[in-house]
Amino acid sequence: MNFQLIGVNHNSAPLDVRERLAIPEAQLPDAIRTLVQQPGVDEGMVLSTCNRVEVLTSTRQGSDLREFLCSYFGVSPDALHSHIYEFQQRDAVRHVFRVASSLDSMVVGEPQILGQVKEAYAIARGMGAVHSALEALLSRAFAVAKRIRTETAIGSSSVSISAVAVQLAQKIFGSLSDKTVYVVGAGKMAELAARHLIGNGVGTIFFSNRTHERAVQLAEAFGGQAIPFDQLHDTVNRADIVLTSTGATEPLFRREHGERLLSKRRNRPMFFIDIAVPRNVDPEMNRLDGMFVYDVDDLQAVASSNSAERKKEAERAEQIIELEVERFATRMKSLAVVPTILSLQEQCETIRQAEIDRIRGKLGKLTPEQEAAIEAMTRGIVNKLLHTPITTLKSTAAGPEAATIHDIIRRIFNLNKS
Amino acid sequence: MPLFWLRVALTLYGVGLLYAIASLWGGRQFLTRVMLPAVGLGTIFHLVALTESAMLVTLLPPSFMHQVESLLAFLLMAFFFVVYFRYKTVSPGIAVFPLVFILMVSASSPAAASNTPSPLATPGWILMHVGLILIGYSALFFSFFASILYLIQEKNLKAKGLAGGFWSRLPALATIDEIGYKCLVFGFPFMTLGLIAGSMLAEFRYGATYFKDPKILLSILMWAIYMVLLYTRWSAGWRGRRAAYLAAFAFGAAVLAWSVNNGWHKFIAQ
Repeated sequence: MNFQLIGVNHNSAPLDVRERLAIPEAQLPDAIRTLVQQPGVDEGMVLSTCNRVEVLTSTRQGSDLREFLCSYFGVSPDALHSHIYEFQQRDAVRHVFRVASSLDSMVVGEPQILGQVKEAYAIARGMGAVHSALEALLSRAFAVAKRIRTETAIGSSSVSISAVAVQLAQKIFGSLSDKTVYVVGAGKMAELAARHLIGNGVGTIFFSNRTHERAVQLAEAFGGQAIPFDQLHDTVNRADIVLTSTGATEPLFRREHGERLLSKRRNRPMFFIDIAVPRNVDPEMNRLDGMFVYDVDDLQAVASSNSAERKKEAERAEQIIELEVERFATRMKSLAVVPTILSLQEQCETIRQAEIDRIRGKLGKLTPEQEAAIEAMTRGIVNKLLHTPITTLKSTAAGPEAATIHDIIRRIFNLNKS
Repeated sequence: MPLFWLRVALTLYGVGLLYAIASLWGGRQFLTRVMLPAVGLGTIFHLVALTESAMLVTLLPPSFMHQVESLLAFLLMAFFFVVYFRYKTVSPGIAVFPLVFILMVSASSPAAASNTPSPLATPGWILMHVGLILIGYSALFFSFFASILYLIQEKNLKAKGLAGGFWSRLPALATIDEIGYKCLVFGFPFMTLGLIAGSMLAEFRYGATYFKDPKILLSILMWAIYMVLLYTRWSAGWRGRRAAYLAAFAFGAAVLAWSVNNGWHKFIAQ
């Protein structure tokens, strides 16, 4: 059997090409059905996400998947040619492992891709388009992805500014569920960070903005509460996390504010996320015990150091992938000799039965004991004769001479005709 | 036989010690997996040893100095597991394991086999006094160590989180704070009752002179700092650096009070 994979991703093709090839979920069954009807294709599945469209098949003699892509999407081969990558056998296995483990993702280590692969697999499997070989490949790929997640730290750190802000808030407060967030200003970034904090379950959220209407809008959109801007300093002590992004040219919060806040809060810590430029929070405040101030550059620095860390972890993950590809190839090769072994046994059994029938005609009626003796003897002979060919097939299956031995045995026992 | 079990426990605690050392160096993949089962098993054998020695000798366990060490080590391990199950963190281990190991080496040394009999005859009150104080000590130790972790974590966060390795895997600041505070609150009544029990006992048997014992004076000092710690926490919410300094003082006084005069009160040793 052959594994064959063809596709485009964020590296190989620009968005407009990927858009043309993207398959909406409702249309996936149709695409899979067309795919498995292609000549030579035994099994097939289609993965379509916003960053990639890939077609994976298991074929007998190989199949022209480019032709399938072009005709299915009605795109000329020339338009696709330079954007498509194609992998066979081990390379296809490696690619599937890398995709499932999120090593081929735009943001390496992001966790969604594994779920998307699982979903694509479930759809194809539900239609019977994935059964033996692809089944083995995909279940191995899920195991490899899990192994990489547990053995490397590839997905453990955040690489975007808002994710870093949430991670830091959790490092300070633990669970965010009973925490209060105060959003000062109404920039796009602040909105994004607020969305992220809400997604991580913060308890209460306040909005304050120079234009009060804007604060009210945001409060309505996020299920929070709007507070007039002139009450900011009297109310901000209620917040554990303060997110600032106003266009103010002078800091809104200075060290003396920090001291007052700490005494009002009886020294409970506060986290200022300052994404405004120029800054809204005086960095001096970070020196106070219990005050944590991060500006855009600080967040960016953490994010970059995390992505550097991820790169290192990705290298370790690639090593694991290589080992796993090797293991999988060995396993597939030993599976490849199973049909030969079965037909060898089958053929010998047919010969044995035919010979017993022939001798029975000559000997006439036999007692049950005699029947049993003949049965045991013929079986013993067949098993002993087959022992060496079968063990040789098995033991050399993963070696370089596997194909030769396989071929010789099939010829000696005349298995090819059947 | 109790000594045998004690040594089995010691060996298993050794895994914890290795873990604590390895943690500081960064390489602890394998040890992390075996550490918890090993020290858990160690604690069980330790309990067996304590129970056996309590049954063998008609005097209750803490009437020998070595057994007091053994009991303190056991209480520390018990605290470690309570914190582990409640907060899912093994961070206290890096301080607890070495301390427990040292206490256990002493508690299971060959000298421990020779029965240094207690000069005290009535075990009931003594046991209560020693037991309560040991629980207080364990709690104070945890609180002290939590305040150190708090400082480290606070420093990490203020340095904008670029530190890697073991320290980056510490629990959240609020969790560390809660562990420290809860241990403090939990330990205080034990410490207080333990001291009262001891004072009553000494007053009753030795008269007012017991007050001149340095061990008693240090204990009172420790208790006073302990109370200041709690008070500042309640009234002003002191945490972090200031709380850590106070806890360090209280802990220092506790260690001195423990070690002075080889563990015995002056008036008893005489």
